[in-house]
Amino acid sequence: MDVEKYITSGILELYIAGTLSDKENLEIANYAKEYPEIQKEIEAIEASILELSRKASPGYNYSFKSLMDRINSEVKVISINEKRGYPLSSYIGLAASVLLAIGIFWMYQQNQDLKSEIQVVEKENIDLEQQIADTDSSLEQTQDLLNTLRDKNINVITLGGQDISPTSYAKAYWNKEDEKVFIDAKGLPEPPDGFVYQVWSLKLSPLTPTSMGLLEDFSTDENKVFALNNPNESEAFGITLEPAGGSESPTLEQLYTLGVVSAS
Amino acid sequence: MQLDLLVDQFKKKDPSAFEKLYGMYSDNICGVINTIVKNDALSQEICQDVFIKIWNNCESYNSSKGRFFTWILNIARNAAIDEIRSRSYKNDKKNLSADYFVGILQNRQEEESSTVDTKGLRDLVKNLKEKCVQIIELLYFRGYTQKDAAEELEIPIGTVKTRNRSCISQLRENMEVK
Repeated sequence: MDVEKYITSGILELYIAGTLSDKENLEIANYAKEYPEIQKEIEAIEASILELSRKASPGYNYSFKSLMDRINSEVKVISINEKRGYPLSSYIGLAASVLLAIGIFWMYQQNQDLKSEIQVVEKENIDLEQQIADTDSSLEQTQDLLNTLRDKNINVITLGGQDISPTSYAKAYWNKEDEKVFIDAKGLPEPPDGFVYQVWSLKLSPLTPTSMGLLEDFSTDENKVFALNNPNESEAFGITLEPAGGSESPTLEQLYTLGVVSAS
Repeated sequence: MQLDLLVDQFKKKDPSAFEKLYGMYSDNICGVINTIVKNDALSQEICQDVFIKIWNNCESYNSSKGRFFTWILNIARNAAIDEIRSRSYKNDKKNLSADYFVGILQNRQEEESSTVDTKGLRDLVKNLKEKCVQIIELLYFRGYTQKDAAEELEIPIGTVKTRNRSCISQLRENMEVK
């Protein structure tokens, strides 16, 4: 490269003026490192402009210290402004978002609690409805029973306690037309395990017992009223305790209650 | 390269390097500003603002894009031109484009109190032709591009580079004579 021609082209003067492109500036910076003459020329051109501008200067009265004082005070002002400027709003924003998160979590918890409460209440509801239905049907049964017992064809026979259990008693509601007997066995003690009460229809002379049936599931039956068929011309009813499954003929030693049908 | 080291330290926010650069260039920067605003007190005020700006923007200087002086020269004339545009024309109706830096000399002839080295400046530019004063003013103190300067002076763009070269050469001769 022709260094002399490059120097006299006037491009280095424009380099000092700062009117060249970035690409040209970079190129000249590299040439300056490579060719000392170019570096020297650049410095000489710069020196002439420095001299000219110095001569135009009004002189500078401010000391470097006063300049640095201003720089430091401006830095402080900026930092105070920053402190004043956004901590307040940013802390409020942060606090608000934390509160919002807590609030949402709390509401979620509340919602979960309410859901499980609703489930419990629904279950309770079902239970109560079941109870109502049970009570309804129980009431219906009782009504039926009451209606049955009030039937004009019913003959009521009181069965009194016998030697083995003097305090026992029972009642027989006999509907001759329907050939049905309802035994109210509330006054009988619970039968021991492996035993069952058996109801007998008796003819008195001569004494002829006919089995009417067993009071099955005695302990689980709530109202202790048992319906039995009775096609016999009964003159008395007796209840004996028999081994499970019942017996062919009554065990008279185990006769709990006995009652005679009054003539009607 | 003493200057390169100094500038490197300055870029790392070293106040002592900044102090040395300030000592080296504060007169020049104030002078450049004064060629534009032509007011001693205002020039000094802007000059301090410019050095604050230089300090705050020290990382943005890149030696591959030009000389350090060229960088601060650009900051200074932009600050001065901004100042002129924003405030002075209301009160002080000077025709900026026609009033070159030698205007400082004309304005100061009566003002004996001015601190500008008017004799030195006069000696430096005494034999410079009018067209040299104009082109140096536009390229160095106003930040005109080659194209803008060519239009302003109504000369071909290729002439700007060569004319400027010969004018700067004249200036350098004047310096050597002293």
